[in-house]
Amino acid sequence: MEKELKLMKGNEALAEAAIRAGADGYFGYPITPQSEILEYLMEANPAETTGMVVLQAESELAAINMVYGGAACGKRVMTSSSSPGISLKQEGITYIAGAELPCLIVNVVRGGPGLGTIQPAQSDYFQATKGGGHGDYHLIVLAPASVQEMADFVELSFELAFKYRNPVMILSDGAIGQMMEKVWLSPQKERSKVVPEWATVGKPPTRKHNIITSLELDPNVQEVFNEKLVKKYNTIRENEVRYEEFQCDDAEYLFVAYGTSARVCQKSVQLARQQGIKVGLLRPITLFPFPYEKIGALADRVKGVLSVEMSAGQMVEDVLLSVNGKVPVFHFGRMGGIVTTPEEVIEYLKLKFLKD
Amino acid sequence: MAEVTGNKEIIKPENLVYTRTKLMTENVLHYCPGCGHSTTHRILAEVIDEEGLQSETIGVCPVGCSVFLYNYIDVDVQEAAHGRAPAVATAVKRLMPDKFVFTYQGDGDLAAIGTAETIHSCNRGENILIIFINNAIYGMTGGQMAPTTLEGMKTATCPYGRDVKLMGYPLKMTDIVATLPGTYYVTRQSVHTPANVRKTKKAIKKAVEYQKQNKGTCFIEVVSNCPSGWKMTPVQANKWLEENMFPKYPLGDIKVPVE
Repeated sequence: MEKELKLMKGNEALAEAAIRAGADGYFGYPITPQSEILEYLMEANPAETTGMVVLQAESELAAINMVYGGAACGKRVMTSSSSPGISLKQEGITYIAGAELPCLIVNVVRGGPGLGTIQPAQSDYFQATKGGGHGDYHLIVLAPASVQEMADFVELSFELAFKYRNPVMILSDGAIGQMMEKVWLSPQKERSKVVPEWATVGKPPTRKHNIITSLELDPNVQEVFNEKLVKKYNTIRENEVRYEEFQCDDAEYLFVAYGTSARVCQKSVQLARQQGIKVGLLRPITLFPFPYEKIGALADRVKGVLSVEMSAGQMVEDVLLSVNGKVPVFHFGRMGGIVTTPEEVIEYLKLKFLKD
Repeated sequence: MAEVTGNKEIIKPENLVYTRTKLMTENVLHYCPGCGHSTTHRILAEVIDEEGLQSETIGVCPVGCSVFLYNYIDVDVQEAAHGRAPAVATAVKRLMPDKFVFTYQGDGDLAAIGTAETIHSCNRGENILIIFINNAIYGMTGGQMAPTTLEGMKTATCPYGRDVKLMGYPLKMTDIVATLPGTYYVTRQSVHTPANVRKTKKAIKKAVEYQKQNKGTCFIEVVSNCPSGWKMTPVQANKWLEENMFPKYPLGDIKVPVE
């Protein structure tokens, strides 16, 4: 089977990729700007082809708890939502992290706080990368910057989720979700028949009963579990950092940006170079684990770093940690659902670094 | 003095009338003396064993005293967040349609924080068994007012008695779900006397059978006690149960299959 070329919205590409990746179940609740995912799956009706279960839940709370139940059976299950809905899901997400269940959560981010706007933003970085719900935990966070990556990251997410028994989030935004691009779709994979040894699927006489829980009343036992999680996150930090460099080799200044802002900054790099300013772009693909070391190494070679994000400045805190005071670091980004333009980024770069 | 030989008669296998329920683990129950959870756990385990369903069963137990059910019944169990068990069980059953799936929930869980999950899983007719322990109080957190707390009943958060004008009325969730087309069998039982234990066990057996036939949601309320929360002895609690709980929550089938 060969790959298939299509013109699709980011949300649709992700939905189609989920079917093709052999997902077992999707549980969602409508919210702009990601409702196409549920709509697409309902229309595609994969129950008839791959046997994938698709269900519209009564709330985001119910949807994420359906994901909990399916994941606890060792199934490849997922949900998607946008910012206000992801806030509602946080209870379930922390239980999933605490029970060490693999699953995929997609956040097609819109501006906030509160009901905010339905337009694209990147203001959920803290929530996605620093835990989100209560307790010490991390999601593995992937940030797609194209419709192609919306599709490709589904299978990668399931792979990482099962490798580490950890929830994975695709942190997209309203622009990537809504825009149409060409996308190469992988051929249909069969749904996995592998039953993880920890899964609750009915206890055969040959093993002890499996229990999926995040509850432990003995603090000594709970601390050992917390330490186990820390160890797991450190392994993820060692093994799973992903990023892309764009014209960094001779760069005197560095943009750090992900998702839609990375697309904008790619253009800014080209325009700046036409003006004789040597800028490069480091695009984190994984936001957890964050490419601290790579950015730190690049900071040895540049005069300044500009973190670009459609937020009030969230990722910039991790960029500051990466650069560790070697060169000045600033944040730039529009908010409230406004997508930053490449020219604005260059103007801000000039203002901060090339004023004299 | 009693004859020693009489005791020897009792331990002969043919005279054995009671043993540990096979699917109950060796763990010591944390439930308070006289609490209905222990009995309900036992008959549920008995039914699973008698129906040969140990390897086919997936239980979902949310926050509440019975969140530790997984310590006591030797089947695969998922602990769930407060109120969310029916949503969790929905996915389990849809992804594993051949398994026997049950939730085991308290009144605060099922009728307060989990109201939406309860109503909607029943409304979708999810092919699961919901066991609902109604003891009119939050046991695990130390005896606060539940949605099912009776009018005038005193709890830690209504120390002067439940004032329905301020705190709302006792919620009869079982009657509500019986009105939904998705539920197939809805009944209200108790486990405070041997006769009632037998009736509740029979109800669980029926629910197992209906689930095999994909009939829809089966919902069994067990009107139960909370001797610690009610600040009574087990005997007092069961008497109070009969005199106060049953008039509000009368026992019997509420919705039975029409063949």
